[in-house]
Amino acid sequence: MTVDILLQAFALVFRWDVILIIIASGLFGMFVGAMPGLTATMATALLIPVTFFMDPVPALGAIVTATAMAIFAGDIPAAMLRMPGTPASAAYTDESYLMGRKGQLDLNLGTNLVTSVLGGLIGVAILVLAAPALAEFALAFSSFEYFWLAALGLTCAVFLATNDPLKGFASLFLGLGLGTIGIDPAAGFPRFTFGTVELMQGVSFIPAMIGMFAISELLRGVTSMQGSGEVVLQQVGNVFKGVGGVLRRYWVNFLRGSGIGVVIGALPGAGADIAAWVSYAVSKRFSKEPQKFGTGHVEGIVDAGAANNSAIAAAWIPALVFGIPGDSITAIVIGVLYMKGMNPGPTVFLQNPQLIYAVFMIFVLANLLMLPLGWAIIKSAKQVLRVPKNILLPMILIFCVVGSYAMTNSVYGIIIMLVLGIFAFMLEENGFPIAPVILGLVLGEMFEQNFITSMIKSDGSFLAFFARPIAGILGVATIAIWLIMLWRMGPWSKARPAAV
Amino acid sequence: MTDFTRRHLMVTAAGVGLASQLAAPAIAQTFPVRPITLVVPWGAGGGTDATARIVGSLMEKEFGQPVNVVNRTGGSGVVGHSAIATGAADGYTIGMITVEITMMHWQGLTQLNPDSYTPLALMNEDPPGVQVSASSPYKDLKALADAIKANPGRLKASGTGQGGIWHLALVGWLGAMGLPASAVPWVPSNGAAPAMQDLAAGGIDIVTCSVPEAKAMLDAGRAKSLAIMAAARNPQFADVPTLKEAIGVDYTVGAWRGIAAPKNLPAPIAERYTSVLKKINESKEFRDFMAARGFGVKWADAAGFAKFMADGNASMGVAMKAAGLARSA
Repeated sequence: MTVDILLQAFALVFRWDVILIIIASGLFGMFVGAMPGLTATMATALLIPVTFFMDPVPALGAIVTATAMAIFAGDIPAAMLRMPGTPASAAYTDESYLMGRKGQLDLNLGTNLVTSVLGGLIGVAILVLAAPALAEFALAFSSFEYFWLAALGLTCAVFLATNDPLKGFASLFLGLGLGTIGIDPAAGFPRFTFGTVELMQGVSFIPAMIGMFAISELLRGVTSMQGSGEVVLQQVGNVFKGVGGVLRRYWVNFLRGSGIGVVIGALPGAGADIAAWVSYAVSKRFSKEPQKFGTGHVEGIVDAGAANNSAIAAAWIPALVFGIPGDSITAIVIGVLYMKGMNPGPTVFLQNPQLIYAVFMIFVLANLLMLPLGWAIIKSAKQVLRVPKNILLPMILIFCVVGSYAMTNSVYGIIIMLVLGIFAFMLEENGFPIAPVILGLVLGEMFEQNFITSMIKSDGSFLAFFARPIAGILGVATIAIWLIMLWRMGPWSKARPAAV
Repeated sequence: MTDFTRRHLMVTAAGVGLASQLAAPAIAQTFPVRPITLVVPWGAGGGTDATARIVGSLMEKEFGQPVNVVNRTGGSGVVGHSAIATGAADGYTIGMITVEITMMHWQGLTQLNPDSYTPLALMNEDPPGVQVSASSPYKDLKALADAIKANPGRLKASGTGQGGIWHLALVGWLGAMGLPASAVPWVPSNGAAPAMQDLAAGGIDIVTCSVPEAKAMLDAGRAKSLAIMAAARNPQFADVPTLKEAIGVDYTVGAWRGIAAPKNLPAPIAERYTSVLKKINESKEFRDFMAARGFGVKWADAAGFAKFMADGNASMGVAMKAAGLARSA
């Protein structure tokens, strides 16, 4: 990386229009995150039609800023209403609410805000350091290595994102099945197209994801339309009072939470919500006073509040370097990268380094901006939480329709969105997780294509998958994970996998 | 169902075309009165997209109406080409068609062929280069050709999907050297960029794609171009010899891009387009843009473009049958 590239990136970011977009999308992200039922993934999906008309840097900057804000803002209704604003706050919603009941609402929100900002910055630091180095390393990856990476990603989808491996497998295979529609990646032969031209393009990612995350959430919102808008809120005072003391006391928790967030964020299929659950559980396990957890104790909130924000940036590492999404947000981001001609992969760091570094700068900016914007949204939470759902939900539906249409330039995108939205709603209502469907859809083609091209290269020899040193290590690791999983699932295993 | 719809559309289009030909002079004088849609069958950020966007922006100046570039991707180009062919033949839907239109129907992917359009102008043609990794033992094309002859089937090549233009280029080059297609097995990829990365990673041995597509890896010093399959060198890459200069094999091929409209476009509008496109093709902006990207400029008017496509279509049929890529109907 040269100074020249950094200067170019600087010039791309520090323009009044880009800064305005960042601030606007920050406010948007705060609002979406604070509304119970609207998630950070949905914030990304709703930004799609708008980013369609932007240059690459502001488009990605809008997504980066909105998602970082949304993950923090989800903590606000958790503490005030006992309703997590996004799933990433669900792990410590009860704890936050009980703190509020004990009269510690200010301290709770202040701790959430500061740990979110600092955790987010740690995630960004790891992203900036790790991604280019990993990309340099990944330039030596061929189809053999990518095959194993895709296999690892699919493995994570089942075992990390769900408590019930059987339902996880069912969802994954549904996703893989959907991914086979269209022209097959190796032989160029159309599959499951029923003679229609539209189906030859396959199930388009972004309309599919808008459907599965936004439409299914809207349907759920409609079924619980009553009972919102009636909230009793406490007055918020100085949120920053006492936060310094909490951080001094629990700095180990903060670092541990950020670390767990980075690792889980970077793993395919698991994002901020899983990071929060795991770091909260770890915090309780290693706490000196575990009996205080669940009574309105701040310790676990330090861990989990940092973890969910550090996971956001870390999820971009595999997305940028390998085109493998680290979470559902980056699954959409990959689609946007393709749309903007910044095809993910190690070569994106060779071809467009200034764009990548501009995005990194926006990551830092967004996390710094979180402090004033977060403070503002806490102060105005009373008004924000009173927005009636019967106005909000139809507006979201309009955005979903426009976004899906913009992606395919045809009604086909809208049909995909609606069909998969209803499908995802039914799946989730019956306890089947959605994340494995997405990973199956996104990674299915990568998995199949790299398998077939590897077989062509090796003239049909399976041993070639272990012949290159990195491929060999990845392959042995993947198979070892499978064996461990099988062992733990077997009837001889006494302890079922812990439900985190 | 689809067939019925398409036939129905074509009949309607023919009817509209006939009716509009009666009122032709009036249309040509006022055309265009509203924005034009320029359909691109390939993704944003690629070479076809870049070419279409520069043509579109220059067209905007000429016509004084907005030209919206719309990417209709997927299906190996079938989706976008189909969107152009089935659009209304009123001049407000045109598209950039590519060499694949002379290939896809031989593979049985679609029934669309060059006759499904009103050709307007040929704008560009790029020959493929023969790229190897920077660490490859083959320092020139002769060494590479000798290695292929000595060990048929050992070296692997990539550059695009199965049956794509760069696959055909490889097969054609091997054929010109008197070798069968199986001498260098093809590894399908999602395009030139992933193939070039795999080349640098050592997964494959040869990439036949156009030199501009290989530029990032060439500039990064991770790959080198041994020859191009053209009649003359590319001024942007003047040190890369032609096939004939390198090993005395006279074989040329290229991926081309041109502007076309749905079939039965009224003749006055078609003529208007061709004259505007000729002006664009000769403009400094267009030439400078194409030279900067390393893209080749080519020109043919409507009749020339039709003949160019018909010739290409016939020779592609022969080549694809020889390579076993054509689907026996």
